[in-house]
Amino acid sequence: MTTPKHTLSGLILDEDCSFTLAELSTACSVRTEYIIELVEEGIVEPREQQREQQYWTFNGRSLLRARKARRLQRDLGINLAGAALVLDMMEEIEQLRQRLDRLG
Amino acid sequence: MQFRDYYEIMGVDRNATQEEIKRAYRKLARKYHPDISKDPDAEARFKEMGEAYEVLKDPEKRAAYDQLGKNYKAGQDFTPPPGWDAGFEFTGGGFEQAADAGVFSDFFESLFGRGGFTADRAQAGGFHMRGQDHHAKILINLEDAIQGVSRTISLQVPEVDSQGHVQTRTRTLNVNIPKGVKQGQQIRLAGQGAPGIGQGGQGDLYLEIEFSPHSIYHVEGRDIYLDLPVTPWEAALGATVKVPTPTGIVEMKIPAGSASGRKMRLKGRGIAGKIAGDFYAVLKISLPQADSDKARSLYQKMKEELDFNPRQKLGV
Repeated sequence: MTTPKHTLSGLILDEDCSFTLAELSTACSVRTEYIIELVEEGIVEPREQQREQQYWTFNGRSLLRARKARRLQRDLGINLAGAALVLDMMEEIEQLRQRLDRLG
Repeated sequence: MQFRDYYEIMGVDRNATQEEIKRAYRKLARKYHPDISKDPDAEARFKEMGEAYEVLKDPEKRAAYDQLGKNYKAGQDFTPPPGWDAGFEFTGGGFEQAADAGVFSDFFESLFGRGGFTADRAQAGGFHMRGQDHHAKILINLEDAIQGVSRTISLQVPEVDSQGHVQTRTRTLNVNIPKGVKQGQQIRLAGQGAPGIGQGGQGDLYLEIEFSPHSIYHVEGRDIYLDLPVTPWEAALGATVKVPTPTGIVEMKIPAGSASGRKMRLKGRGIAGKIAGDFYAVLKISLPQADSDKARSLYQKMKEELDFNPRQKLGV
């Protein structure tokens, strides 16, 4: 086991961070076409949906949703519409769990 | 090395049809998918069944496994007999999960190899593949989120050496957890995942922040909640009481006529961030026990002198 010398700082994937279409595709190991499909399905939303794709930027939440959608599709054999539904319902469950936690 | 019973893992019969195996896999995958399940063992279970399915879904691999496994039970010590796979052909193909699903067990690899991702092939065939992304959870407490903290984490990294053998190495990293992180938030460390093959770049490392439960506070986003016990007279008459917060004790004014459950907000005293969270004290009226003559007579006096029916709204 080696002792680490440096302390690394990462990027918090929140609403503030920003990825271009190309960066998002690379981070998810997918083609840009796949991300465009995710946008069409409403799974991820670029901040500038009205503009051309080269100007699109996505936040950290989009990155996590895109990666999850891909894993769900690959592992469970569901289509994009199904993955979108799963993602939305999971977020809702998470919110409910947090509320339940607070009451319990 | 222990023998793995893939049928047992999948919960199917030894003579299950390919269709039955697929159904069993789908069912288990929905249950244990790490993105869906809250089960702490979900990831391990999911990997295990992914490996089982990798073998059982492929009739060639399944036949070889059946041939080999007929005399073994799960957990039994196992060494593959030399040349055991003669007559079966399953190199290449059918490994579509391997790139991302992680490393299969030693048991699997001793039987079926590593699915063609060895350094040998990479060099010979000009094969490039981006390294795997790694995921880890980091447990922090509320104080860490408020002040920021640095954590050392250990990762098991599979590495392919120059001979093409796969070895697992422990890699330790110091990571800064900046202040203001929220429950469930993820931090991405680009290029800190597994090394790529050929000219494929390194994968990324994703750290998911999880708060360990606090004995008195409850965190929601960047807001901090505290159940604050108050006496009936403090709630009824108003009072100034001491309230603990993670950054120190403060005095808080409770307005007269407060009901149980009333939320008192201390703006900006939650977890700091671009938009700082708030601190909420939720009033819980605590009743003194009627365990002395004095207490009983006071309750008795209230009963006689206060015209109070808490069930008025219920119509009784």
